[in-house]
Amino acid sequence: MLSGVFSLLMAGLFVTLDAVDVAFTEAAVGGGITTVLLLATISRTGETEKRNPAFPLIPLMIVISTGALLIYGTSDMPLFGDAIAPIHQHVSPLYLSEAQNKTGVPNVVTAILASYRGYDTLGEVTVIFSAGVGVLLLLGSKRRRDENAV
Amino acid sequence: MPSDVVIRTLAKLLIPFVMLFALYVQFHGDFGPGGGFQAGVIFAAGFIIYSLVFGFKNAKRLLSSALLRWLLSGGLLLYSGVGIACLFAGGNYLDYSTLASDPVVGQHIGIMLVELGVGITVFAAMAAIFYAFESSDP
Repeated sequence: MLSGVFSLLMAGLFVTLDAVDVAFTEAAVGGGITTVLLLATISRTGETEKRNPAFPLIPLMIVISTGALLIYGTSDMPLFGDAIAPIHQHVSPLYLSEAQNKTGVPNVVTAILASYRGYDTLGEVTVIFSAGVGVLLLLGSKRRRDENAV
Repeated sequence: MPSDVVIRTLAKLLIPFVMLFALYVQFHGDFGPGGGFQAGVIFAAGFIIYSLVFGFKNAKRLLSSALLRWLLSGGLLLYSGVGIACLFAGGNYLDYSTLASDPVVGQHIGIMLVELGVGITVFAAMAAIFYAFESSDP
């Protein structure tokens, strides 16, 4: 429930950042599907967590040190909204200037995703495909065993 | 799965528009915000609403999990098939400009087909995961 609310808020934030495509995805995936799947998981596994007797010292250390490293890494990033950041210097101007004439697609985000970054998107679809296959393998085999038992 | 009359009526009103909106996002993604990912997820959301309200059995009669598995791989095959079609047309892999005599039209066709493949795979993956959760009830 809380994650659904959070996703909706993030979608609003993305809209104010003019990233409408990302906001769309966040609202549909985060606010919709993930919440349903999370509820389905809870209904299948039960609400209470098994208590771990030992204090998780080593995992806690790893989490804290990784988080500290990531925060240290952000100090090198360009300022938010910086116009001369490297990301705005390299290929973005080229995409923005020629994408519409070369692809005939007014939505530059779609043009970049499907045409310029076609390989990346193919990889993403493969990831989703393998995620689906993985879940089917994990949960589907159990069902088959049940059918055999009956 | 018996449900409230209010929920059932609301779902009946809502689901056609959710699915229509998904198709709009799919095929209008070239011009406005949206595309295959978003359309697939929205379509799957509409379908999940249906199976939550009207019961899993009805949903399964509408779309069997075997068909869903075909769709899951079919979308990915459509995507990579477009790439291979580009190879046969004499271009690089996923170079849509070779799909038609005019490169711009070729790009448009390629993007359209690729987005359709993305949408089909995303929808099938979401629905298949949901099916897997539902059908393996303890």
